[in-house]
Amino acid sequence: MKPFIIQSIRLTLVLTVLLCVIYPVSIMLIGKASKGAGNGETIIVNGKVVGYANIGQSFTKPQYFWGRPSAVAYNAAGSGGSNKGPSNPDYLKDVSNRIDTLLKYHPYLKRSDIPSDLVTASGSGLDPDISPDAAKVQVERVAKYRKLDENKVATLLNNSIEKPLWGVFGPSKVNVLKLNIALDQLK
Amino acid sequence: MNTELFGIVASFVLTLVIAIPLGKYLAKMYAGEKIWTDFLKPLETGIYKLSGINPKEPMNWKQFLKAMMTINILWLVYGFFVLLYQDKLPLNPDGNPGQSADLAFNTIISFVVNCNLQHYSGETGATYLTQHFIFMFLHFTSAATGMATAVAVFKAFKDKTTTDLGNFWEFFVKSITRVLLPLSIVVAIILTFNGTPSSYAGKDKFISLQGDTVNVSRGPAAAMIAIKHIGTNGGGWFGANSAHPLENPNYLTNMVEVIAQVILPVAMVLAFGYYIRRKKLAWIIFGVMTIGVFMLMIPTLTSELGGNPLIAKMGVSQLTGAMEGKEVRFGPTATAYWSTMTTVISTGSVNGMHDSTMALTGLWQLLAMMINSLYGGCGVGVLNYFIYLIIAVFISGLMVGRTPEFLGHKVEAREVKIAAIITLLSPFLILAGTAISTYVFTNHLGADWAVKPSSWLNNPGHHGFSEMLYEYTSSNANNGSGFEGLGDGNIFWNVTTGIVLIMGRFLPIIGPVAIAGLLAQKKYIPESAGTLKIDTKTFGLMTFAVILVLNALSYFPALALGPLAEYFSMLK
Repeated sequence: MKPFIIQSIRLTLVLTVLLCVIYPVSIMLIGKASKGAGNGETIIVNGKVVGYANIGQSFTKPQYFWGRPSAVAYNAAGSGGSNKGPSNPDYLKDVSNRIDTLLKYHPYLKRSDIPSDLVTASGSGLDPDISPDAAKVQVERVAKYRKLDENKVATLLNNSIEKPLWGVFGPSKVNVLKLNIALDQLK
Repeated sequence: MNTELFGIVASFVLTLVIAIPLGKYLAKMYAGEKIWTDFLKPLETGIYKLSGINPKEPMNWKQFLKAMMTINILWLVYGFFVLLYQDKLPLNPDGNPGQSADLAFNTIISFVVNCNLQHYSGETGATYLTQHFIFMFLHFTSAATGMATAVAVFKAFKDKTTTDLGNFWEFFVKSITRVLLPLSIVVAIILTFNGTPSSYAGKDKFISLQGDTVNVSRGPAAAMIAIKHIGTNGGGWFGANSAHPLENPNYLTNMVEVIAQVILPVAMVLAFGYYIRRKKLAWIIFGVMTIGVFMLMIPTLTSELGGNPLIAKMGVSQLTGAMEGKEVRFGPTATAYWSTMTTVISTGSVNGMHDSTMALTGLWQLLAMMINSLYGGCGVGVLNYFIYLIIAVFISGLMVGRTPEFLGHKVEAREVKIAAIITLLSPFLILAGTAISTYVFTNHLGADWAVKPSSWLNNPGHHGFSEMLYEYTSSNANNGSGFEGLGDGNIFWNVTTGIVLIMGRFLPIIGPVAIAGLLAQKKYIPESAGTLKIDTKTFGLMTFAVILVLNALSYFPALALGPLAEYFSMLK
């Protein structure tokens, strides 16, 4: 038994150096060559960081495209979903209220036009994207509040749609932050 | 055929393309044959020398298990204290507090046993030091423990009669240097170049486009997320696990992560066949497992892609499927595929919240973890399946009236008893745990714990029951995913699941090694016309039936009270 204990302690020490120091530090050094140097990719507008490319942020003002509901209010110091079950009555009420709010701001929409990602919370609470449909239904409202030509906003949106990976794998999507930055720059 | 469906088909095909050669590689590597990674030998020799290990020393099954248990117990003790005092140790840029005793108890057990239940949140409950020196360290070593133990069972059936199951240290170290570490380096590099942070910088702060002040948790996550999948651990850096946009930034990383977690469990099955020179047996096992996986995956896909019927009633469009708890960049199809893979295999990482999936999806997730050997965890999947094989051999033997044999060794009372105990253990732990928690919930609503039983459940009714059932099922399977709405950060859940975790890990590891050790010592009986051949489709079907019957008998009542009842209540 005793030799096993000593071997265990020594092996743990040796592996700690290999797995917890050499391995992650090498990855950190290699990561310096990546976008954002391994700190996460930020987006800079007018010399100021306005957000992380991959992290969604809260948009509530009517002149912006809105992202998805978030269980953590887009506070990226944490993360998480609502964890509401599909039959939970409180949850279904929340969804119903979100639909009503959307209809209030978009009186031109029918219920069947509303894509469900706009009324359901994401898994991380930090989802940076919405589906192309979810962006399209907001075009008229955004154009109205910005006093812009609707076609101009629609074209901007079309150019912002990110296609599936290599054109074949996964869904199309729109990064809400990037779209809104482009929108701010539209004159 | 749409792009979302293409994505998962490609993921599965790529998994096989990688896993098949990997299986051959593992067999050769563990057997000590010449192989291209032999250039790593000096590294291994260095590790053995510094640790005072002689990797050529033979071990019988008892010595093998002693070595394995000794080092695992060491990690339990050492990790417990580091977690307790993590606030006083370096590498804590966000100033997070130390863990309470019951939380540290639960956390360290769950990482040592390759489960990663995570009753804390990575952003606030751990430091960079504990994330790397405890969690990531155990990601490697718990996976290597499982793999090394599986190889001991392989070795028992390679030779005709033997007491030597190989050297635990050698299998263990080689699992890390020749498999886990190289694969993790590849995955970590892909992740960091796609946006996962890898530097040691702490929390960042910025002012958003709308003018809100936002804090962002970061940290050296890429290295840990790589091994969390390669080693089928599942314990993530951030609270939202692989749904977090820094932990899993895009569809490419999503494919990489979901492939990474399946390759080793599949490769280990194939390695078994190549190692004992019975390729056909391995392919039959693989076939049975794959059929099982598809039987779980296809209904999961249909139930998720159909959307939530109660939301459909509100009139909104659910074009791609149910979106609650899911991320737009993956979509419901990839999330459904992931949810099947992460539960059949004991990873338990998630790219969408299981608590919010449809009622029947929850049923398939639970069943996948209850069976726990359709591919199964890294190394331990094969071991769990081995128990089902022994039971199937025993029952078939009774049916044809012969002494049951397994690969040329008589299976007698002692081995069958061990297999029966292991088989009964899972339902016992899961159902007893759920029964106790249900009792506490209904009778001691106001008990003075950090989370009072009255506020344990995030959802009422049947779904609330499923939350408790899921927690124990996940603990016993060493899976680690959860119906995360459950208020599990208190002494009741920390202690009870801690006990389930440790029993659900070590007994199903010790059992198969003991059986293999006992069988291997027995006289080898050459195959004759009267031998029950186990590498046939018929026997594959027999094993499948055994798995189905055992699990249906054990769990149907509990499943009927939870997900099934919820499903039918939603049909109204």
